[in-house]
This record gives sequence, structure tokens and C-alpha cells, in this order.
Amino acid sequence: MIKDVIFIMLSVILVDNYVLSKFLGICPFPGVSKSLNTAIGMSGAVIFVMTLASAITYLVYEFLLLPYDLEYLRTISFILVIASLVQFVEIILKKFIPPLYKALGIYLPLITTNCAVLGVAILSVDNGYNFLYSVIYGFGAGIGFALAMIIFSGVRQRIAISDIPRSLEGLPISLVAASLVSLAFFGFKGLI
Amino acid sequence: MIESIYIPVIIIGSLGLLLGIGLSVASKFFEVKVDERIAEVRDALPGVNCGACGYSGCDTFAESIVEGEAQINGCPVGGEETSKAIAGIMGIEECNIEAIVARVKCNGTISNCEHKQDYYGIESCSAAQMIYGGVSKCNYGCIGLGDCARACPFDAIQIIDGLAIIFELNCKGCRKCVATCPKMIIEMVPQKKKFTVACQNKEKGAVSRKQCKVSCIGCGKCVKVCPVEAISVENFLAKIDYSKCINCGKCEDACPTNAIREYLGEI
Repeated sequence: MIKDVIFIMLSVILVDNYVLSKFLGICPFPGVSKSLNTAIGMSGAVIFVMTLASAITYLVYEFLLLPYDLEYLRTISFILVIASLVQFVEIILKKFIPPLYKALGIYLPLITTNCAVLGVAILSVDNGYNFLYSVIYGFGAGIGFALAMIIFSGVRQRIAISDIPRSLEGLPISLVAASLVSLAFFGFKGLI
Repeated sequence: MIESIYIPVIIIGSLGLLLGIGLSVASKFFEVKVDERIAEVRDALPGVNCGACGYSGCDTFAESIVEGEAQINGCPVGGEETSKAIAGIMGIEECNIEAIVARVKCNGTISNCEHKQDYYGIESCSAAQMIYGGVSKCNYGCIGLGDCARACPFDAIQIIDGLAIIFELNCKGCRKCVATCPKMIIEMVPQKKKFTVACQNKEKGAVSRKQCKVSCIGCGKCVKVCPVEAISVENFLAKIDYSKCINCGKCEDACPTNAIREYLGEI
């Protein structure tokens, strides 16, 4: 049991990192990683949404879709659940943590259609996890996202003060750096 | 058979309904009080989202007005009417609102200022600027390839005879042309002040005279005739202080090269 949990966490954080190996959730990755604070805020929102989403989508799938043989409605019902969940998070943030709400700006509504969140829900169903494992899987995926964001925002802060060729300034050099970080993460492939 | 249709419909429909009700309850429960003046100010603004106020759009500008950060006359597009409307909403007595327009400080049409070279490159002032500072003999004046005209969101600028002409009726004072001009010869001027030194040439009189027929030679005649001492000459170039100018027009009459001229809005 403990061995399984460690296995799931390790694989989803390091080996199959959602951003750096599966290339899901790329949209906020270069967008919000400009400063460490917004990166941490965004990661917090993603961890929260992913954990909740994997729990709720598991329940929806197991007790609503499976009994009536409605597996083919998986995508639409998951999107429905995730979208309203993100809306709920947005309302909460707006009420209780306005600075974070302002810092996240457009990226918070973008989690609604973030493929990483939907990917977590669908992959944990595909992997046949039970409720506890799905939640752990979702939480781990969020942690992996946070790890990638924080590492990359550190890289970007180094880039910001270094001398970049003019044609590569801004997004191009960020993408080059992102692929290098991703290559580094491929080194974890032999871990499991 | 019919079951395979209505069961999914019921399940997805009720799921959506449930989540929708949950969300609307939550949004009522966790409601954040927003100042209703923000919406009113936003409605009073033109809604072009041009960014001329310095904020990212009309929404953020409206927010910062209500928070007291931005000036109520900060919107150059809406001008006087908008400022009055906002002043009404905010309950502030309106301050003096002066329409500001852009003016090209150059008179160097092709006939006035000859070309020193032929230019066959890209139709862009900033490109031509890189090759010996443009086509005309005067290195300070308008290149006339229309970067400002393309930058203007209100179609207020036209290139006529190799010189950018601003139609002040259309000018909203957004300053996009000011930022675009590689020669930096476009200046924001209060629209009511009609007389402007239409030259930027800082060479000595003899040199600038050879470069352009209508250049300011720094003779200082305008300084002498000005009744309110609004004009000064610096680097062989006259400069009008618009806070003192009274629109008398004596400087225009005195100027030997017609470098000072009356801007009639070019209508």
C-alpha cells in the first residue's frame, strides 16, 4: 500500500511529469512562470483543483457513469465537473485572497480548459486506480506541475538578467530553456 | 432502446443543473462587493481599449479612476465630454480639461526640403532612418514614409507631398504617432494654441537655410516681437512656451523663413 503510494507519487512527479514529459498544461507554463510568486500561486491553484477534480471525477465516473454503461460520456461530464470546480475556486479566491486572484488573472479561468486537469481525471480512470489512489495521483500531478513551474521560474529569472541574442529575447529563449529542463527530467526515466 | 437516450440525458442534465445551482448559491454566498461606480465609469468611456491613458484598457482605467489613482481627464479619446461625465459620476468638480493634439513640427515638403539621396528600401521611416538618417537634406525633419499614418488608430494622419499632415479634427491625442516617429518631431500641443514652430533643425542658420527653405535659423525676431515673452531660442531653434502664448500671431508675421506657422487643423 505504502509502496504503491510512493510509486505513484514518484512516477507522476518525476518520471511522468505532466508538464515536462507529457507536455500537458503547457499554456500557463511559459505564461505564469515569469516570477516565483505567481508561479507558486498558480501551482497552488492547480494542486487544489487537480486533487479535488480527481476525487470528484472518480465519484462521478464510478457511481454515475459506470452503472449505466455511459463511459462514452466521460469527457463531457469531466469537463463539466472541472469547469464548475474552477469557477468555485475562482469565487473563493476572489473573496478571500484578492491579491492572488489578481496575480493569476486570466490563467485561473484557463485552468477550466487546462488539459493537465482533464488529463489527470482521464488517466487515473485509465490506470484503474481506486478512490484513494486517484486522489493521490491528482495531488502528485499537481505537485509535479508546481515543481516544473518553480524550477522554470528560477530559470526564467536567470534568463532575465543574462545577455540574450536579440532575436531570441522573450518567449523563444524561454521555450529553448523549457526544452532543456524537459530533457533533464527525461533522466528520471530509469527511476522506476 | 429508448432508455439509452433518456438516461444519459437525465444524468448529464441533472449533473449540470446540480453544479449550476451549487455555483450560483456559492457566488451569492461568497459575493464580493464591487463599487458600482466602476461599471458606470466604464460605460461613460469610449470603449476603444486603445491604451492611450496608460492603462491596459478601459476596464482597468475605470477601476483606477474609482480607486483615485487615475485622473478623471486621463482619457484623451473621449475628451471633454467623457471627463465631464466621469466627473459627474465621481462627484468631483471637473478640473480644467484642455484638448491636446499632436503636431508635426516640420514643414519640409519635397519642394521645401530637397532629397539628398534616392531611397528604394522598405516603405518605412524607421528603415529609411537607418540609412544616413533618411532621404531629405535636413537630418531633423519628416522622412515622409508614413510610419505615423500607419500607427494612427483614428486615420488622422496623411502623407501629403512628403510630409505628414495631422488632421486635428480626427486627432484624439493618443500619442501613438509620437512614440512611432523615428525623428521625434511630433509633439503634443494644446489645440487652442494655434502657432507652432514647424521646425526641429538645430544647425546654425546658414547651414539649416541650405538644407531647407523653411527652417528656423535662430534669428530671434520672434523673441523680440512676442508681447508675453513666450518664445526662447535654444540651439538656433525657437521654442514656444504654450502656457504663456496668447495666440496673437505676431511671431508668425515676424518670422523671415515662415518656420513659425498657424495650424488651422489642416481641414
